[in-house]
Amino acid sequence: MSMTITEKILARAAGKNKVVPGDNIWVNADLLFTHDICGPGTIGVFQSEFGKKAKVWNPDKIVLIPDHYIFTADKMSHRNVDILRDFARAQKIRFYYDPRTKAYRGVCHVALPELGHIRPGEVVFGTDSHTCTHGALGAFATGIGNTDAGFIMGTGKLLVKVPETLRFVLDGKKPDYITGKDMILRIIGDIGVDGANYCAMEFRGEAIAALGVEERMTICNMAIEAGGKNGIIEPDKKTIEYVLARTKKEFEPVRGDKGAKVAKEWHYDVSKFEPCVAEPSLPSNYAPAKKRSKVKVDRVYIGSCTGGKLADFVMAAGILKGQKVKIDTFLVPATTEVAEGLIGTSLDGKSLVEIFAEAGCLPIAPPSCGACLGGPDDTFGRTKGKEVVVSTTNRNFIGRMGSKNAPIYLASPLTAAATAITGHITDPREFMHE
Amino acid sequence: MNKKNTVITGKVYVLTDNVDTDQIIPAKHLTLVQTKPDEYRKLGSLALSGLPESLPKFVKPGKDKSEFSIIIAGRNFGCGSSREHAPVALGAAGVKAVVAESYARIFFRNVVATGDFYPLEARKRICQKFKNGDSVEIDVDAGRVVNTTTGASFELKPIGAVADVIDAGGIFGYARETGMIRQKATTKARKPAKKKCCCCCE
Repeated sequence: MSMTITEKILARAAGKNKVVPGDNIWVNADLLFTHDICGPGTIGVFQSEFGKKAKVWNPDKIVLIPDHYIFTADKMSHRNVDILRDFARAQKIRFYYDPRTKAYRGVCHVALPELGHIRPGEVVFGTDSHTCTHGALGAFATGIGNTDAGFIMGTGKLLVKVPETLRFVLDGKKPDYITGKDMILRIIGDIGVDGANYCAMEFRGEAIAALGVEERMTICNMAIEAGGKNGIIEPDKKTIEYVLARTKKEFEPVRGDKGAKVAKEWHYDVSKFEPCVAEPSLPSNYAPAKKRSKVKVDRVYIGSCTGGKLADFVMAAGILKGQKVKIDTFLVPATTEVAEGLIGTSLDGKSLVEIFAEAGCLPIAPPSCGACLGGPDDTFGRTKGKEVVVSTTNRNFIGRMGSKNAPIYLASPLTAAATAITGHITDPREFMHE
Repeated sequence: MNKKNTVITGKVYVLTDNVDTDQIIPAKHLTLVQTKPDEYRKLGSLALSGLPESLPKFVKPGKDKSEFSIIIAGRNFGCGSSREHAPVALGAAGVKAVVAESYARIFFRNVVATGDFYPLEARKRICQKFKNGDSVEIDVDAGRVVNTTTGASFELKPIGAVADVIDAGGIFGYARETGMIRQKATTKARKPAKKKCCCCCE
């Protein structure tokens, strides 16, 4: 019987020929990663359950990557990074990306693919709900809590229920003004914040094939905002090239069988999509950007695993080139590689850094999760009052970026940049004249 | 721990749909580590501190625990982050059971994995039938929640095999009972459970 890509990856990781949705199986992890806010709890669980002197199951399959609360004076945040550092040393975990050194990389979900840790066909567990990002490379990737992570740390295994697959087929020619972010916000708007609860969200079609790997990551990243267990895109030539450029490790890509059954299928014509926002305070509050042009905005935030990749900043720079921003515009690259890319990438002879500076954006912050989730009080871009924010991040929950009274509109980098110029929610087509 | 024949009583705190993990425990408090006892207590004192200001405080200022040991909510309770701080904070605040119309996946799994409290599901939407502070009695085995203030009674969905994991004290206890991992050196070996797990992972 035929299986979807998600089912095939899980079956292989469980040493089974066949699995069906609803099966509960022990799967072997190819990678477990954790960061500074869940790592100390995971380590605590691991040590209290397996013993203070216990060894992790495989130090080469664990990545410790501090990224959330890095550029802060908060003592507890530093204490937590120290816990990761000490644990890495004691357990001989070589993939530890220390904020005090050049090894520091930034946001896990962007850094892990960059570093070649994510490979098609593999099983990835991370202590962060946006772990589903990595399905963009054809991996099964899902977020877990500290207790499950502590369990994997000791055993290399986790009990997983095979999810049903919901398939989203995005066909049609993608217009320049439509981004991966607009596609996923539209889908979440249609199915709701629990529309994919417990399910695999599989994305395919002409418009997905046309996207680069980074924009595919944006789509899979937000699978969790519809409740999805994982987001996934079958690997193609672009995926394989991206991965081969970043790892020497062998991998075996998996593709779904023809005729594999899915629980439900949606079809979209992306050529008819509109640039959009998600209004406060749920990612499912879809509205076309042009229908919200009366909403006055106090600040724009471009950053995070969702909207702080190089492709996101290239899009924003395309809008901001030769323009002036009217409101505070915060730029937080996801990783050190993205930050270097802002210097090294040019549009019409000007680097992105120059374009942003000339447009009057605030000085670019060092890479981290930043104010996407608020963070400690001194976090760059954290809301403090009633600021209306347009953000390229993934969640607009009450208080998400700091203040409970600051409403957040989620948008693409194009819409965010256009909004920065006008000071109200703006359809980016107003600044795209080709 | 054996929670069979459990009847849970207490005062209820009522919420509606899509209560996200940022409302359960705002991100600035994620520096607290659940396995450190004083930080565990602090997490309890901060449970549901991200709720809108218009709602009554779940934990009174200066207290570690809530006067409410039962939460009744609507759809998609616990959506958002995988932060285990969320179920841990509720457990640390003294929550014994949550009865929701439905749960977000990772939150539900974390509750089961930690064994902190019962994540129960009502057969239908019942949050409109309760008021903050109403007295509630939950008979877990009978699958019934009663608002003893009003007398109204509602059915719960069966917990299913997840109950085995919760009864075993979470995923570690369960894995030990089923022989998946070794017993802790300090704990007495228990008889392996006969029942095979069928749906405990979600």
